[in-house]
Amino acid sequence: MQNSKVARVGASIVKHLCTRNCTSLCGVGYIRSARYHYKQPLFQHHSFTKLYKGAMIEKHNFLSTMTTNNTTKERSEQEQAISVTFIDKDGEEKLIKVPVGMSMLEAAHENDIELEGACEGSIACSTCHVIVMDVEQYNKLEDPTDEENDMLDLAFGLTETSRLGCQVIAKPELDGIRLAIPAATRNFAVDGYVPKPH
Amino acid sequence: MQKLELLGARRWLCRSISSNPLRVCVVGSGPAGFYTAEKMLKAHQQAQVDIIDRLPTPFGLVRSGVAPDHPETKIVINQFSRVAHHERCSFLGNVTLGSSISLSELRELYHVVVLAYGAESDRSLGIPGENLKGIHSAREFVWWYNGHPDGRNLEPDLKSTDTAVILGQGNVALDVARILLRPTTELATTDIASHALATLEESSIRVVYLVGRRGPAQAACTAKELREILGIHNVDIFIQESDLLLTPVDEEELKSNRIQRRVHELLSKAATSKPKHACLNQRELHFVFFRKPNSFQESKDRAGHVSGMHFEKTVLQGVSPGKQIAVGAGEFEDIKCGMALKSIGYRSVPVDGLPFDHKKGVVPNDRGRVLSDPSDPSVLEKGLYVCGWLRRGPTGIIATNLYCAEETVSSISADLENGGLISSSTLPKPGRDGLLQLLHDRNVRVVSLSDWEKIDSEERRLGSSRNKPREKLASWDELYKTTS
Repeated sequence: MQNSKVARVGASIVKHLCTRNCTSLCGVGYIRSARYHYKQPLFQHHSFTKLYKGAMIEKHNFLSTMTTNNTTKERSEQEQAISVTFIDKDGEEKLIKVPVGMSMLEAAHENDIELEGACEGSIACSTCHVIVMDVEQYNKLEDPTDEENDMLDLAFGLTETSRLGCQVIAKPELDGIRLAIPAATRNFAVDGYVPKPH
Repeated sequence: MQKLELLGARRWLCRSISSNPLRVCVVGSGPAGFYTAEKMLKAHQQAQVDIIDRLPTPFGLVRSGVAPDHPETKIVINQFSRVAHHERCSFLGNVTLGSSISLSELRELYHVVVLAYGAESDRSLGIPGENLKGIHSAREFVWWYNGHPDGRNLEPDLKSTDTAVILGQGNVALDVARILLRPTTELATTDIASHALATLEESSIRVVYLVGRRGPAQAACTAKELREILGIHNVDIFIQESDLLLTPVDEEELKSNRIQRRVHELLSKAATSKPKHACLNQRELHFVFFRKPNSFQESKDRAGHVSGMHFEKTVLQGVSPGKQIAVGAGEFEDIKCGMALKSIGYRSVPVDGLPFDHKKGVVPNDRGRVLSDPSDPSVLEKGLYVCGWLRRGPTGIIATNLYCAEETVSSISADLENGGLISSSTLPKPGRDGLLQLLHDRNVRVVSLSDWEKIDSEERRLGSSRNKPREKLASWDELYKTTS
């Protein structure tokens, strides 16, 4: 968990450095919005200070996780873990526990589940595409942002209940969620989904 | 007794694996090459994979294609670097298929050769005036701003004109337009090549036309790139609202295509929103639809130099369900410009001894297996495979190569299982040692992974002093010097 956090902060700092003078073009705000549930309108011009503050908040979080390596934190996280079932490309199921607040991409990687993550959660690729196998669970997720939809456009084997794994964040209501990793050779029957007529 | 036999067989298997591994050579170190290597290493524990590249630097278009202001897209380099560090993998840069080593030599040295060297040339329009000065292919322009060592000498003239026409409306066209229009202060903190940044800082180009043969419902770009260019600071967007009207056939097309539907929505929104407050030095981006390039016009004042483009208006004609093509309508229109960039597609280049479909610009193949004859799928080139743009043409995103590589590797695996590649009578192949010996004899200077890491750290060091993630070494000299 800490490793992936380091990677995440690293990536955000790199991006922050690259885009500190840009206005609305970078995905920084949106990643954070997913994780911390900030609402940010489209094309909002992030000022430099805003970006900077954002990076600092994340940095602070990272440091505080590093220093509180005692058991209380771990225990509370365990208590707040949800069950998630991944269905891999060969149709095999794997049940894992995912702490609340963690993305499904991170969770998959921590549990050796083969889910690609080319851009490491920065909403710049579609490789962590997962299919939510139950419409009710899918409806509990916040709507994808335009940025996520832009990437889902390019996802292989897109369905009506597709999401990017990096944007599905564990929360208590999602306990028991089932996520399929699409494969070229399989069709999915999603529970409760009625195909729209063309 | 049975146990002993089994043990013996196992021992034999182990010995044969260590003394006779599966030698695999991947030509090209872009996404197609690296994904192929990754899948091969995973699928075959006895595989030794060597990735060769004609450049001293790995990662292909992730380094020299992806725009400098898209650092998130380049994060995949982390994953490719892990593959390169795999104990059964090695990177051999500065090795050119066709000159350092021939394809037939490579096939002698390795059990499996996978060609993933992409597309390093361009489609041409074949219209009058195409060789005038001021006309470049988008590929050359992208190489130039991305610090590709072969793009260094392009030196585009951005000072003699205020108008550039870009032919094509795909993502590469949008990248090029964005680089021309985006404030250079925003580019200065990216890994853009310093020679390009300096030229762009002095650029007088303030009007860019993006011209497509077909309509907004057929535009080849994706929503992310379009959203991005529509949001650039201080750029007014011009789109003819009448162009956005949809015919019933268009509507049918959009229904079944989510990308194009969302692209059309974005364009419609941009066309109806009012231009931002006008100010001096405001830049303009014009989306021009239904225009077919007819000829490039030569300047009267500057001989040999482009001064404009002659277009024919087009109408769409359905050729098959869901596919409409643009045909000339007999009306013409000119756009004046001192620069034209052709973004109409990359093109692969064959090497000696490689079957090639010149019409499609790809290697004829059956799920990645190279066919000796495009018209006869039963005759295969044993041990020769293809992946990426060289296999399917220059389309798709980085992730497309993931699926492409999966398919090519599953073809290799199937051929191995069927005994079509290695039989008990197959002699061990020399692989890497043989290749290195041959290259040594020919005085080819191989750039290893650790050599590349020297380049990498030097680039990062140079970049950090300039507030950039890296300062690319953009000439062959600099690259060689850093590895010595």
